[in-house]
Amino acid sequence: MPDNINAIEVLNLTKRFGNFVSVDDISFSVVRGSIFGFLGANGAGKSTTIKMLTGLLNPTSGDAVVAGYSIKKNPEKVKSSIGYMSQKFSLYNDLTVKENITFFGRVYGLDEKSLQRRMLDAVKIAHLEGNEDRLTGSLPGGIKQRLALATAVLHNPGIVFLDEPTSGVDPIARRGFWDLIHELSDKGITIFVTTHYLEEAEYCHNIILLDAGKIIAQGSPKSLKADYLKFPILSIETDNLISAMQVLGADLNVKDISVFGNAVHLITSMKENNESYFSELLQSNSVLVRHIKSVEPTLEDVFIYLLEHKN
Amino acid sequence: MIRTILAIIVKEFQQFKRDPKMFGIILIAPVVQLIFLGYAATLDLKFIRLAIFDQDNSRQSRELVKELEAGEIFIVEKYLSSYSELEENMQSGRILVSVVIPDDYEKKLLRRETANLQLIVNGSDGNAASIATGYLSKFLSMYSQKYTIHLFEESGMRPPPIGTIIAEPRVWFNPLLVTRVYMVPSIVGLLLSIITLILTALAIVKEKEIGTYEQIIVTPIKPYQLILGKLIPFIILAYAAALIGLAAMWIVFGIPVKGSFSFLLISSFFYILSTLGLGLFVSTISKTQQQAMMIAIFAVLLPMVYLSGFAFPLDNAPLFVQIVSYFIPLTYFFVVIRGVILQGNGFIELWDEALIMLLMGVLILLASAIRFRKKLD
Ligand SMILES: Nc1ncnc2c1ncn2[C@@H]1O[C@H](COP(=O)(O)OP(=O)(O)O)[C@@H](O)[C@H]1O
Ligand SMILES: [Mg+2]
Repeated sequence: MPDNINAIEVLNLTKRFGNFVSVDDISFSVVRGSIFGFLGANGAGKSTTIKMLTGLLNPTSGDAVVAGYSIKKNPEKVKSSIGYMSQKFSLYNDLTVKENITFFGRVYGLDEKSLQRRMLDAVKIAHLEGNEDRLTGSLPGGIKQRLALATAVLHNPGIVFLDEPTSGVDPIARRGFWDLIHELSDKGITIFVTTHYLEEAEYCHNIILLDAGKIIAQGSPKSLKADYLKFPILSIETDNLISAMQVLGADLNVKDISVFGNAVHLITSMKENNESYFSELLQSNSVLVRHIKSVEPTLEDVFIYLLEHKN
Repeated sequence: MIRTILAIIVKEFQQFKRDPKMFGIILIAPVVQLIFLGYAATLDLKFIRLAIFDQDNSRQSRELVKELEAGEIFIVEKYLSSYSELEENMQSGRILVSVVIPDDYEKKLLRRETANLQLIVNGSDGNAASIATGYLSKFLSMYSQKYTIHLFEESGMRPPPIGTIIAEPRVWFNPLLVTRVYMVPSIVGLLLSIITLILTALAIVKEKEIGTYEQIIVTPIKPYQLILGKLIPFIILAYAAALIGLAAMWIVFGIPVKGSFSFLLISSFFYILSTLGLGLFVSTISKTQQQAMMIAIFAVLLPMVYLSGFAFPLDNAPLFVQIVSYFIPLTYFFVVIRGVILQGNGFIELWDEALIMLLMGVLILLASAIRFRKKLD
């Protein structure tokens, strides 16, 4: 593998299914050892991109270099340098934990001695000590995902691709899964992870936001916030969300409003004294304001703003 | 690498173990199929079932019936006393031929005249009817010859030195032309085809459906390793089913393998190379198990069976079918299994069929393997 600072370099990658463009001419790179988040709503083209990068799908045009090998010219070399956890659960439900690990370990060419060693690691990662002989299908969702990840890194790949590993997993298990991703990252593994949970973007070192096959934003969480949200954000709690939205929507100082739980998040071009301005505006329109304060923009604020203003 | 292939084989058997349905198919299907198909064969003719309407009821007529019953071919099911009873019995389909002995039978014989018998044959199964009349005519001509000689001897004369010509048909290998005997060995061919074609295709497509296929092809495994790993377990299952089928054939129908058992096993392997190849091909063009099943059965298996002489010898088939059949591996396999099981043949008589199957098998399997890609599109 060439000594390159980037684990993945993507150049003008495009995938069409018939006339439908699923991934539309995207280019980016992923720094070795980082956690790279690939975000987007369902149908944005995340899985299609991952399948091209793992050598499972042929790109319609463009190319990518993964772990030093072109996905077009050397897909099999790529395959031996990466781990992959697909969006569908893809261990055998009718095999035991041990049987699954053994099978994939052998298919990846591990000798029996390293297989035994890696088996212990994997079982530990998945919190399955003492349950090695359980049928995989009978495990809880969160544990299954941990086992799938542990299996995907059995052969110590330099890069691992995770396609929506936290979808359908409860919030506590999700948190635990991200801790696990960070543990792997600390060992130097590059992690390419997709998710449609926008809040998970905060756990990544770098992010791409994909929409309808196109990149609409990229950077670190910090730089994204700085670059895309130069305006203050106010969080306003009120009992009457609808009237509040109407009043605020008509005001010229408002750039964008969105609902966050029982509060309204408001992006304003007004830099000074904005709290008192909006609180008075609402009171004068007989909307009761329970609480108003300036908030730090979250990535969700950024993404919602971007998705609404992508034109 | 052998280890990778072995890993897949081990995995497949671990999965078989947890899927009782699979074992049902492998162990029970051969026996059920044999019995079902074997008994359902309507052309079945192990014995010729007769009814006798003896209007004469004389010493001579009783003598004739006794002779009829003495052989192994005819079974007298009923003695009738009226034509209406005769009709009733014929209609039930149980009786193939009724022999009516007229009341002047003995009288005519004693007067040295020609006595006539009436044979009433159920013609709804033309094949069986003609076989039955054939056997009866032969029996009667022998009986009548014996009777003539007996008359000469009785009268103290030497029979004239004039021979009569009697064609004595000898049906070899299946003396009673029992269709079951013709069909049953081919069931072994069917079993092998079903397992290696349908189950193989389904097993691969099932992994596509549940998503594990993606997880396997993202590994650096070589296509040939994946193919062999998926095919070998079904070769083993196919042999298990075939052996069970052969055992059932012997136990249930009393049809043993007369010829070379090892030749049968080897040529079976040559044959299933084709069906494994076709199964692999079906799996590459199907996205769902249902689709794979439909294609495997309706586009591959049924045409193959119908055009290969499963139930009837191809000699009677239309020319077009005969020509097409030359390109179907199953045709040769049917020749081989019938040859080995019924006729006691082996390598010397059947090596050319085996060779053709080997060539076809290698060709089909290679062509399908080349099409096989470790890609999702
Ligand atoms: N094999 C395919 N054939 C046709 N369209 C496809 C295929 N795979 C994906 N698509 C389409 O491409 C788009 C992107 O799909 P996908 O990459 O799975 O999105 P995501 O993973 O971001 O939810 C979707 O609209 C999907 O319907
Ligand atoms: Mg997806």
